[in-house]
Amino acid sequence: MENLNGYLIVSAILFSIGTIGVLTRKNAIVMFMCIELMLNAVNLTFVALSRHMGNLDGQVFVFFVMTVAAAEAAVGLALMIAFYNNKETIDVSEVNSMKW
Amino acid sequence: METLFFLIVTLVAVVSSIMVITCKNPINSALSLILTFFCLATYYVMLDAPFLAAVQVMVYAGAIMVLIVFTIMLLNIRVDATKKHAHMIFFGCIIGFATLINTAFIVFKSRVATPTGPYDVSTIKSIGHTELIGREMFTTFLLPFEITSILLLVAIVGAVIIAKKKI
Amino acid sequence: MFDNVWLIPLFPLIGFLINGLFGKKIKNETVIGGIGAFAVLCSFVVSCMTILKLLSLPGEERLANVKVFTWITSGNFNADIAFLVDPLSCVMIMIVTGVGFLIHVYSIGYMHGEEGFYRFFAYLNLFMFSMLLLVLGNNLLLMFVGWEGVGLCSYLLIGYYFHKKSAGDAGKKAFVMNRVGDFGFLLGAFTLFWYMGQSHNIWTIQFTELAKNSYLLPTGGIVTVITLCFFVGATGKSAQIPLYTWLPDAMEGPTPVSALIHAATMVTAGVYMIARMNYLFIRSPETLMVIAVIGACTALFAASIGTAQNDIKRVLAYSTVSQLGYMFLAMGAGAFAAGIFHLMTHAFFKACLFLGSGAVIHSMHEALHHAHSHDDAQDMRNMGGLKSKMPLTFITFLLATIAIAGIPGFSGFFSKDEILWQAFANPHHGSLNYLLWGMGAIAAGLTAFYMFRLVFMTFYGESRITPKAKDHLHESPMVIVLPLIVLAALSVVGGYIGIPKILGDSLGGIPNYFEHYLEPVFRYSQEYLAQHPAHGGAHPSHAVEWGLMGLSVLIAIIGITIAFTMYVKNTELPKKFVAAFPALHRAVYNKWYIDELYDFIFVNPTKAAGRMLWKGFDVVVIDGIVNGVANVVMSFGGVLRYVQSGLLYNYAWSMALGVVVILSYYVFK
Repeated sequence: MENLNGYLIVSAILFSIGTIGVLTRKNAIVMFMCIELMLNAVNLTFVALSRHMGNLDGQVFVFFVMTVAAAEAAVGLALMIAFYNNKETIDVSEVNSMKW
Repeated sequence: METLFFLIVTLVAVVSSIMVITCKNPINSALSLILTFFCLATYYVMLDAPFLAAVQVMVYAGAIMVLIVFTIMLLNIRVDATKKHAHMIFFGCIIGFATLINTAFIVFKSRVATPTGPYDVSTIKSIGHTELIGREMFTTFLLPFEITSILLLVAIVGAVIIAKKKI
Repeated sequence: MFDNVWLIPLFPLIGFLINGLFGKKIKNETVIGGIGAFAVLCSFVVSCMTILKLLSLPGEERLANVKVFTWITSGNFNADIAFLVDPLSCVMIMIVTGVGFLIHVYSIGYMHGEEGFYRFFAYLNLFMFSMLLLVLGNNLLLMFVGWEGVGLCSYLLIGYYFHKKSAGDAGKKAFVMNRVGDFGFLLGAFTLFWYMGQSHNIWTIQFTELAKNSYLLPTGGIVTVITLCFFVGATGKSAQIPLYTWLPDAMEGPTPVSALIHAATMVTAGVYMIARMNYLFIRSPETLMVIAVIGACTALFAASIGTAQNDIKRVLAYSTVSQLGYMFLAMGAGAFAAGIFHLMTHAFFKACLFLGSGAVIHSMHEALHHAHSHDDAQDMRNMGGLKSKMPLTFITFLLATIAIAGIPGFSGFFSKDEILWQAFANPHHGSLNYLLWGMGAIAAGLTAFYMFRLVFMTFYGESRITPKAKDHLHESPMVIVLPLIVLAALSVVGGYIGIPKILGDSLGGIPNYFEHYLEPVFRYSQEYLAQHPAHGGAHPSHAVEWGLMGLSVLIAIIGITIAFTMYVKNTELPKKFVAAFPALHRAVYNKWYIDELYDFIFVNPTKAAGRMLWKGFDVVVIDGIVNGVANVVMSFGGVLRYVQSGLLYNYAWSMALGVVVILSYYVFK
């Protein structure tokens, strides 16, 4: 495929932007959205390479990634709700007792 | 022609993802993210995977983002004018750029393998992408499929339990 | 043939195990003592059977190696648990078990009422076992096991009254000095084994093998080194200069211990060792000279100290050191049989003397206890006039004293005279002979003097004890007196089996049975001497020999007369003598300050070095390293705990950083 490098670079850009977002934002839900962004970038890589290789394995894997992302979204948001019930805020810097 | 289209979609995707990480209002971030998902769906179509594009829009943009917007609304999140920690942004950008540059290097330095799979573009177009995906998923990848369904069940139960006020 | 010989050490070992393990439960003293004594009696009976069997064989065949089992085989090195039966070992086992049995019987009475009664008999039996291993062992390693064992038992028994600090100190001193000697023994043994193996490819430590191959050894050189090392071991064990200071301190132990270990058996181990390896020593004239000189010096030196002591046991201790000096003088002169003969007679009369003094101390102790006095029961200045109160003890003591003084007709005369004559007539030492003879003769005179001083101060004259105690003095029970009688009888008649040749000829051709009996043991030395005749002057004539004999008897009688004058006739003389020569008396009374000298040279520097190593090295370096490691781990932990900060974005950061690092690795690969 002639444009393979292009797709991979786009995926890399999106992944990096997602990383910056995860490390920078304080709002837990926005952080979560950035994580979704990273996952999607990875999906793009999978699909591009699977198209290049002529195999459908990559695309089936994308399916599973999407499914897992959905499950993760559900559980993560539930966690945030529980956290909000406790601390009245979803500022990530309030999460300071995650240790033994 | 195709390259131009590709560049336009890329531009939109990148701009919207930057908007995701920079907007103060979480709702604005969510909407930008939906836009990004649509761009990605376009990519999938360009890569001859239309079914995947449909699933992407349905699951991600339709279900997950709705869930997120619901949560934002539920938790009544205001735009809080807290000061941003400047040093974190600086270092975060550095790490992001480091990741980008590393990945770019890897992409350009490596040799891509030759295509070995049985499905080339004409086959996909003739048989139909959905059928092919189904064929793969229910024969080779049957076990992961079943496990994933159980995983979904567990996730739902877990989410309910975690978010309840009293057990 | 001699298959029962392994029973001899076995009986005391069984006695030790029974008394040691179960003695505390057996409360009955008679049973404990009976077990201990009976074990030694069985050994004695088997020893008698062995020696009778030996005597039934003709002279050349009196040699047997009885192997019990193989102990170590490692390459070229072989050591078996095996026993050597020959005339020398038979003499030794008779002495050890015979005198040992008498002392065991004596101890039943003497240690009556002591708290650790079973412990005493257990240790005593263990000592008998070790000593029998020493004299019966047929190789250097087994002998060394016995050597160490008697050193250990000596320590255990000297420190028997472990509640007293002085007893514990004396035990430690004995053990440490013995160890110094043992080091020399080991060096000698190693060197001998290595030399015979390297140079002649004969890898053995068995005595009979070494004897057979002794013709391969050179004269002097390496043999001198080996024999000097062995002699260091002998000085440690047999209390010669310079390792003798433990013996007087060893009198802290109970009197039977002093009698058995420090008079009759353990201290003779050095002499036995030299006799056993005579073929080695004869090949080194330098070592023989050293041995003779040290023996004579010790004899004179210790005798001089003995003249001024007031503790009855101390006098006897120095007398032991002095008599051992005589034995070494004999060994150094090449008269091995004479040395062993003196060993035997000394065992008899010294044991009798010690046991007799024990009886005296026992009575004194009881009497002073009744009178509630804290006077020292062992100080001769508190004694006197015991002749009438303890007649049997007095008679046996007197007979033994006459024997040690060398009065003709008693056993000590024959053995001592033989030694002095051999020292004089030895053709290898030249004019040194006269000096050695002179020192020996003067020591004999001093011996007669201080021994009779002891007798006169203790038994004659007015009683100097606290008046209230005077009526409580009485003869000791029969179980104590009977061994005394037996030993005194042996002191009198025991010498007649070894009448020197000159006397025997004049009395109608009575041969020197003892020397003749021991001939097969010293066969290899005689061969060597025949091949290497001495270049000395002509052999002194018979007239000289009679003259010397008469002279030594005269010196002894002079010593007795002086003692009589000073302690019976005119009791003011000792004080005047002390007043006339105060410095000399102080030096002699304080043992010539040798203990203080050793303290200064060896003990205090060692203690200082130990303290420095403790404070400077152990505390600082080793504890520092151990504590330092712990501190490092603690500080590491203190730093590392910040990784788990509990903050979410820290964790996210570390993950992102990790991703970057991994990617960089692939970039740079």
